[in-house]
Amino acid sequence: MVVVTVSLVRAQFLIEIIVLSSVYSAFLTAIFVSLDALDVAMTEAAVGVGVTTTLFLSTLKLVGNNAESFKKFSYISLFLSLGVAFLLVIGIAGLPPFGEVDAPIHQHLSTYFLENTLNETGVINTVTAILASYRGFDTMGEVVVIFTAGVGVVCLLKREECDE
Amino acid sequence: MNSREIIIKIVSKKLIPLILLFALYVQFHGDFGPGGGFQAGAIFSAGFILYSLVFGFDKLVSAVSPRVLELISVTGVLLYIGVGFLCMLLGGEFLNYSVLGDTQVAGQHVGILLVEFGVFLTVFSVLLLIFYCFVSR
Repeated sequence: MVVVTVSLVRAQFLIEIIVLSSVYSAFLTAIFVSLDALDVAMTEAAVGVGVTTTLFLSTLKLVGNNAESFKKFSYISLFLSLGVAFLLVIGIAGLPPFGEVDAPIHQHLSTYFLENTLNETGVINTVTAILASYRGFDTMGEVVVIFTAGVGVVCLLKREECDE
Repeated sequence: MNSREIIIKIVSKKLIPLILLFALYVQFHGDFGPGGGFQAGAIFSAGFILYSLVFGFDKLVSAVSPRVLELISVTGVLLYIGVGFLCMLLGGEFLNYSVLGDTQVAGQHVGILLVEFGVFLTVFSVLLLIFYCFVSR
């Protein structure tokens, strides 16, 4: 994954970048699987590796394949990204160890959901029950957001088609 | 047609039905295993996009027209919101599925199934619509 990231930064052509970020997504899928987040892994495999790459490639067909315009090296951005990375590492040091039973996140609501979901909804998969039932209003918002995004893209691209 | 093209076409011809079937499995098995409407929609549309990449965009459009996709995406959102209002009409709160069935568990089951199907329809059709927009330019 580190190798892919370094070659992403050093890539010369846009098509190289697209293929490399697809590979990066594939590695990310493997990480999600190893963390037992199978539903996230499925989404990443379908959207990250497949659909996004295809969309980028079809965009590339429209705009051409040169990446010269952003080949500038700036010390400010290097300093900024290193600083943010440093802060994140400090933050990780403050987190409880991964998978610990006593961690604060496992104390509050998680136990309630794990104990009561099956009795209240009859659904074995707790994640589905929370997403669709306990948190149904949020998920409705998400669906509307996806729909709005689709409408936005259709409006933008269709209108330009008519103008031509 | 050269030989490399034949391999891709035959492999994807065998693979695409499996991809679509797997998406439906993820959709309807979401209560018991990992997955749900969003994942199923993404996999389902990925299957269609693979078909378009291998057999050409025109064939896909003749199979599924953009107009149909627009209708499907609206149906998904309306199905979700409609279930919410149905719950209200039956005497519960907005999106409280317990009133949909005889018992609380049965009602929740029906509600979650319908809502997940709404998510599936919207995600699938919107992803495919965006793909259509980019390719048809």
